[in-house]
Amino acid sequence: MELFSLGIRSIFIDNMIFAYFLGMCSFLAVSKKVSTAVGLGAAVVFVLGVTVPFNWILNEFVLKEGALTWISASMSTIDLSFLRFIMFIAIIAGIVQLVEMVVEKFSPALYGQLGIFLPLIAVNCAILGGCLFMAQRDYTLAESAVYGFGSGFGFMLAIVLLAAIRERLKYSMVPNGLKGLGITMLLTGLMGIAFMSFMGIDL
Amino acid sequence: MSAETIEKSVAVKPAEPLLSKRRKKLITDPLIDDNPVTVQVLGICSSLAVTTQMQPTLVMAISVIFVVALSNFAISLMRNTIPARVRIIVQLAVVATLVTIVSEILKAFAYDMYKELSVFIGLIITNCIVMGRLEAFAMGNKPYDSMLDGLGSALGYSWIILTVAFFRELWGSGAVFGIPVFQYISSLFGPDFKLATNGLMVTPVGAFIILGLIVWVQRTKTGYVEH
Repeated sequence: MELFSLGIRSIFIDNMIFAYFLGMCSFLAVSKKVSTAVGLGAAVVFVLGVTVPFNWILNEFVLKEGALTWISASMSTIDLSFLRFIMFIAIIAGIVQLVEMVVEKFSPALYGQLGIFLPLIAVNCAILGGCLFMAQRDYTLAESAVYGFGSGFGFMLAIVLLAAIRERLKYSMVPNGLKGLGITMLLTGLMGIAFMSFMGIDL
Repeated sequence: MSAETIEKSVAVKPAEPLLSKRRKKLITDPLIDDNPVTVQVLGICSSLAVTTQMQPTLVMAISVIFVVALSNFAISLMRNTIPARVRIIVQLAVVATLVTIVSEILKAFAYDMYKELSVFIGLIITNCIVMGRLEAFAMGNKPYDSMLDGLGSALGYSWIILTVAFFRELWGSGAVFGIPVFQYISSLFGPDFKLATNGLMVTPVGAFIILGLIVWVQRTKTGYVEH
């Protein structure tokens, strides 16, 4: 039950975009069409869902203070947490590469659609942000898996909704200076107000 | 011979001066006309989250300036030896190392700030400005020029987030750099007068709206239109 509420929380309340501004770059750049937004969203869900538990294992057994005790008792004082950034980003880049190869092999159609977005996911703030939050909040393995998938779905939800609004926006008159980034930021703000209504839910 | 003529004869050298017109442009262009945030739409990612107050924003801005300038410099030094296929990993490794340095320095000398910024210092690694400048400039230009380019982009980014933070802190908590400005102003007008703050400014929504408005003002001034 706790896992379920963590999942709901990471999708709606602690939404990657509306609560933490993570993944804004691709959120703004790839939200012009619903179909591409769905593709990127699916890729983010998958990569977050895989990398967060994977980095949890790395953090738990290598990086955390005293994590190396399983090798020998004399190593229980070693604290490698300063290596967290570089190790996490290396794992993320590696997994993204792997996902790219797997998708290319088994689903060339999806690969063609995602093509350019997949390598870009390695530098998506949402992925690294999810991993760092996981380490900071001391999740368990199950919790980190749920959190990874949940926040991925939160990102997907946000980007698909924004893409739908932007498709309609083509037919409206927007002041010149506000076209593109400006109106998108204001839209995101308004969507953020809508998402704030979830905050009252006590899980 | 006066000191002036000596200076002139020193200045006339075949090498480009340290701050030639072209190099000054590298720094000043990203401030307004080619601003990384409002024009190129880069680096909005993580850093908006720290703009509820001026002080953490300033620390964040300084950290980003440090990381972007030095990573541009380092990658530019290595640009001819990096194989094209693995360049993203190499760039990430350099950036992650620099960010780790920043984070360890903050942890040692400003622990409260380190706690407050928490994961957002680490997220400088995936700040699109860093990777964007590395890809677009440092991979094809000389080290010193690249450093100036990085400096310019990071400064352009800094003033935007500082402006956002100024309005958010002023309207959200009625203060600037933690100084309760609203309280002082209210006390000038007697005991019953009170300037109200808007709680929405402290939430992420405030950041989106302020940034949207800044983009509007800035683009109207420069006449830049996105299609």
